[in-house]
Amino acid sequence: MASSFYGVEDQVQAIWVYLEHRDGSLENVSLEMLSEGRVLADQMGWPLVALLLGHSVENLCQDAFIYGADQVWLAEHKLLENFTIEGYTSAIYQIFLQSKPSVVFLGATHDGRDLAGRLAVRLRTGLNADCTGLRIDPDTGVLICEVSGFGGGVLALIEMQTHRPQMATVRPGVFSMRQTTSTPSKTIIRPTFTIEPEDIYTKYIERIEGDYVDLTGSTVLIAGGRGIDGDFQMLDALAQLLNGEIGATRPPVDDGYIERERQIGQTGVVCSPRLTICCGISGAFHFVVGIEKADTVIAINKDPKAPIFDHADYCIVGDVKQIVPKLIDALKTKV
Amino acid sequence: MPELNIFVCMKVVPKSEEIRVNTETMAIIREGVRSEINPPDMNALEMALSLKDRYGGQVSLLSMGPASFEFYLRVGLSVGADRAYLLSDPQFAGADTLATTYTLAQAIIKLGGGDIILCGDESADGATGQVPAGVAEWLDIGQLSMLTNLELDLTRRVGRGRRDIKGGYEILEVPIPFVVSVQTACNEPRFIDFERKSWAFTEAQVITWNAADLEADIEYIGLRGSPTVVTGLAEAADRDRQHEYIDGTPQEIALKLAGLLEDILESV
Repeated sequence: MASSFYGVEDQVQAIWVYLEHRDGSLENVSLEMLSEGRVLADQMGWPLVALLLGHSVENLCQDAFIYGADQVWLAEHKLLENFTIEGYTSAIYQIFLQSKPSVVFLGATHDGRDLAGRLAVRLRTGLNADCTGLRIDPDTGVLICEVSGFGGGVLALIEMQTHRPQMATVRPGVFSMRQTTSTPSKTIIRPTFTIEPEDIYTKYIERIEGDYVDLTGSTVLIAGGRGIDGDFQMLDALAQLLNGEIGATRPPVDDGYIERERQIGQTGVVCSPRLTICCGISGAFHFVVGIEKADTVIAINKDPKAPIFDHADYCIVGDVKQIVPKLIDALKTKV
Repeated sequence: MPELNIFVCMKVVPKSEEIRVNTETMAIIREGVRSEINPPDMNALEMALSLKDRYGGQVSLLSMGPASFEFYLRVGLSVGADRAYLLSDPQFAGADTLATTYTLAQAIIKLGGGDIILCGDESADGATGQVPAGVAEWLDIGQLSMLTNLELDLTRRVGRGRRDIKGGYEILEVPIPFVVSVQTACNEPRFIDFERKSWAFTEAQVITWNAADLEADIEYIGLRGSPTVVTGLAEAADRDRQHEYIDGTPQEIALKLAGLLEDILESV
């Protein structure tokens, strides 16, 4: 087997977390990885290092410390102002050859996946993708990743013996965010790296950003499937009464009834709300994986054999289009 | 100007809903499980065919797997692809992302490098979504990810891709050649063309290459070239739920449910 650019002998034992940020704040998945990374770092007695790239982003270091980082490696450059795959890959590659981390986590976001995919090949190492569980063997320092495949129906444990860094992308919404109670050393390190304008060949032509809802943080989730025939207005009325958000299975998203950011499941968002009401959802497992962490699940479906009832605390066999309007009326009367 | 050389990386996957795990051997049970072209790859093929419709060129399918995949490549030819290449060798088996992307890239290099290389955004089985970036890295070319639309400017030799981002979209431009990952369900894959089908299943050639044909470094292929090892496999355990049924007329159900919601949400 061909070896990675550095290996077990010359690795530096540490857990590194790549921080993604947007509009001047760190993304939730970055804070989730820091929180979980803190736990692992304490178990191993290793430092937790955050890696932050951008332009004028030093103010974000403070949040990294609050969520448990001992150190932040801060790579600032005008050419890193926008994420470009070539610019970011090159800078991180140079930093890793200096720092030789044993474990690296990146968020399984669009940019995180691209970056991880590139870096792993450039470093000739392996990559565990979209992990839902992370553990480090206390004796060997080997990272053991839990990943799911086949629409969430199969779980696999994957590890890497000889290649370094041990890279993993981590699924957003799986780990909870926790501010640290210890007082880390709070060191900022500014690594040297070079980057030239001609290294960057991705050009941003246009970027339109609007309001965005992040379902990973919602406490009440009203989800609709094929059985509601695109009537998300009805669900929205219910959601407003319950201070909730609306979500969807894949078919209504594909049919254009609702934004893709509200898609729940394997290829969408994994949520951990207090309550989920599944309306007209059959319960295919690539959806169910997205609500597995909900405290309480209520399911309404016409078909008594719908698999969603296997995943529900409260099961209602009936027509969602009759029950939800009556439920809305009942809730309004109570208020 | 030479004609556009478009590649589509295609994977054949077992149908997710039919997959079970043998918990004793920790192996995936494939017997009796039907396969299909990885659905996101059909969106990649559709994008490739619409590029061809608009700008001309050749669309080649590229797949790594056993001889049985040939059938699915012929399906792809029936839909509209011009050529098909199957990378098939027992030595390729057991490949993780590093080895898979190396092997695909090696084939693309052998075929002259290509102009646009399209992949689905992820596979239905492994769902790692890391193949497009890995292929681009081995080829040392640019990439556009999660595209819903792609236009080319052949005079300036650039591609302009649109992708959805949180609450909006962005448009990015990179020089040709580049790799594209295509957002699942962003387009409606066309159906099999029945006139093409008889050609695809009789005359058309699926070119099969082994590791030697690819001049692949065996240190980088298959199980041998894969740093990651699967050490455990299990069917995902369902979370315990109460399964309490609420019966009655819609009105009765609504009232019971309203009371229940009040209790549940009281402490939120």
